[in-house]
Amino acid sequence: MTQPGRTPEPAAAAAPSVRVFVPRDSAARSVGADEVAERIAALDGNTAVVRTGSRGMLWLEPLVEVETAHGRVGYGPVAPEDVDGLVAAGMLDGAAVGPHLGPVEELPWMKRQQRLTFQRVGVVDPLSTADYLEHGGIAGLRAALAMTAGDVVETVVDSGLRGRGGAGFPTGIKWRTVLNADADLKFVCCNADEGDSGTYADRMLIEGDPFTLIEGMTIAAYAVGAAEGYVYLRSEYPDAVATLQAAIELARAEGWLGPDILGSGFGFDLHVRVGAGAYICGEETSMLESLEGKRGMVRAKPPIPALEGLFGRPTVVNNVLSLATVPTIVANGAAAYAAYGTGRSLGTSVFQLGGNVARGGIVETAFGITLGELVNDFGGGTSSGRPVRAVQVGGPLGAYLPVEQFDLPMDYEAFAAAGAMVGHGGIVVFDETVDMAAMARFAFEFCAAESCGKCTPCRVGAVRGVETIDRIVAGTDRTQNLVLLEDLCELMTDGSLCAMGGLTPMPVRSAVRHFGEDFHA
Amino acid sequence: MTSEVVAAAPVPVPGRAQRVREIAEELRGLRGALIPILHAVQEEFGYVDQPDVAVIADVLNLAVAEVHGVVTFYKDFRRTAAGRTTVAICQAEACRAVGAVELADHAQRTVGCGFGETTYDGRVSIEEIYCFGNCALGPTVQVAGTLHGRVTPARLDALLGDAR
Ligand SMILES: Cc1cc2nc3c(=O)[nH]c(=O)nc-3n(C[C@H](O)[C@H](O)[C@H](O)COP(=O)(O)O)c2cc1C
Ligand code: SF4
Ligand code: FES
Repeated sequence: MTQPGRTPEPAAAAAPSVRVFVPRDSAARSVGADEVAERIAALDGNTAVVRTGSRGMLWLEPLVEVETAHGRVGYGPVAPEDVDGLVAAGMLDGAAVGPHLGPVEELPWMKRQQRLTFQRVGVVDPLSTADYLEHGGIAGLRAALAMTAGDVVETVVDSGLRGRGGAGFPTGIKWRTVLNADADLKFVCCNADEGDSGTYADRMLIEGDPFTLIEGMTIAAYAVGAAEGYVYLRSEYPDAVATLQAAIELARAEGWLGPDILGSGFGFDLHVRVGAGAYICGEETSMLESLEGKRGMVRAKPPIPALEGLFGRPTVVNNVLSLATVPTIVANGAAAYAAYGTGRSLGTSVFQLGGNVARGGIVETAFGITLGELVNDFGGGTSSGRPVRAVQVGGPLGAYLPVEQFDLPMDYEAFAAAGAMVGHGGIVVFDETVDMAAMARFAFEFCAAESCGKCTPCRVGAVRGVETIDRIVAGTDRTQNLVLLEDLCELMTDGSLCAMGGLTPMPVRSAVRHFGEDFHA
Repeated sequence: MTSEVVAAAPVPVPGRAQRVREIAEELRGLRGALIPILHAVQEEFGYVDQPDVAVIADVLNLAVAEVHGVVTFYKDFRRTAAGRTTVAICQAEACRAVGAVELADHAQRTVGCGFGETTYDGRVSIEEIYCFGNCALGPTVQVAGTLHGRVTPARLDALLGDAR
């Protein structure tokens, strides 16, 4: 039955071919998914390869799934040269051979999650409109179009959805401001700059389920009365750019975008703009400047973008995940979403495990899960096998936390109270070999490289910060220089226009506070 | 033939100004057209030359200084041609946690140039990037546009192969 080169029996030839799923996510491709897919496709005429997004179990990539009577059975990681042997041993029948994992949906890593925003990622062909509809897509948009704009806004307010881009501002409140602004033209802008290191959920969502973002932006546009939308996508993500552009074309053909969406008479169109390698363009006003064709210099607020945004018009600016979560909220109701979470952090969040971690990947769960559960239970500790020493949460401007703080719940307020931030939900793990003075130095270096240059505390302070840490590590007037460092951090926190300069002290101070011994080398 | 040294001197492209004008005119109708135009020019010619700036400024009715300011603000826009193979090495935190700094040292030593530089024979350019969104599979390197995860020094040598 499973010999390579077997001649199919007549009945088998007429039967539907075996469907095999191989991710086309760029992380999976970075470890050989394309070669694996090619080998499988070359087997015989009976095997259909479907390219999907990634399930988010990145340590198992390339992860191959075979459709069987008992669901999709996984194998991973599969190296290209393993394919022929695995097929000969019965992989296409779901046999327990090689890196066999069993049904993917039953894996503990998947079962413990609550996937709402990521429900289709890794499951569907990202560019199949039929798959999208079959898996519940467009239900949110249909529901929204049957409501008044104001009711859609109130649904999002009631869901408790907060911006996933970092600051956690309530999405519905922002939309209400734009809805109530009077203007002939309004915009919806999606912030897909995802410049924070350790974060990749925006990329995976766009590569794995782009119609969800398109649907979310269309609902946002309907809710606030916007006619045009822009996705500002960073140039470091060429696969995401290509996938989103293709998805927009397909969505137009389906009537999900364009002058008369689903026959409702409501019109909205969407465009992709590619960034040009500037971290600061993730800051919303800087992003708007860039979209206008200018240098990405931060604007002072007020006026807020909701009132004077792109080209001076009322503009919704939201992160990819905020917008991509809206369809499920509108389809299932605000209460269903708000039932997840804790305190004022409602719903689910998409956490991203990276760095020196044994099982790196995407974990979507309700807020309130602890940092330790994510790093140890999901992440399995470090990939080097050495003890975990520090984790950085929330991107390059987030705090470094020691294992003593692993009982912190993932909750915006709890993190803020601990002098840290949840940010975009990225968690970067370091083992005991990390030099925290070097990481603090890098935080300043990064700020110096990426500052927009508008204010002195950030532009000059970051350079002075690097020099001060160098003197501390060299043992030059250590005590005075530690005082100077603290003074500099205070000045940057208080005197910077935006969070680039304002939050760079967070990784620095947390490194000094929790890992002070590294500054006494 | 492999020992032949290829000069990296930029060769003037005939008709470049005309072509840049065409690109700019084709895209000028977009909202915020300048950055899409610069991307398109760089895509076609490999870098944005100083004379291109004046042409684009003319089409968009902007001051030359304004266009120059944009070109120099963004890291993507090159002012000179890159080497035949570009190697971009992630130096952000998650990749640092698994040896990205050591990998970059190795690359600079074996290739023979630093970040932001091109080898004297024009074969390879090395760039420093902060995050490709591949943070669970670092260290991450992009070689000639293709992303590679879990890159060790030996693997990087293999990936560079003849390019180096
Ligand atoms: C330096 C800096 C970088 C930022 N980078 C991003 C980013 O890459 N993506 C993002 O969505 N928000 C980023 N933000 C936050 C945005 O300014 C803004 O708050 C967000 O896009 C609003 O969307 P949300 O309410 O859906 O989170 C950044 C902020 C700062 C200060
Ligand atoms: S803090 Fe830094 S990045 Fe932010 S506006 Fe000031 S100079 Fe620009
Ligand atoms: S930190 Fe290197 S790819 Fe994200």
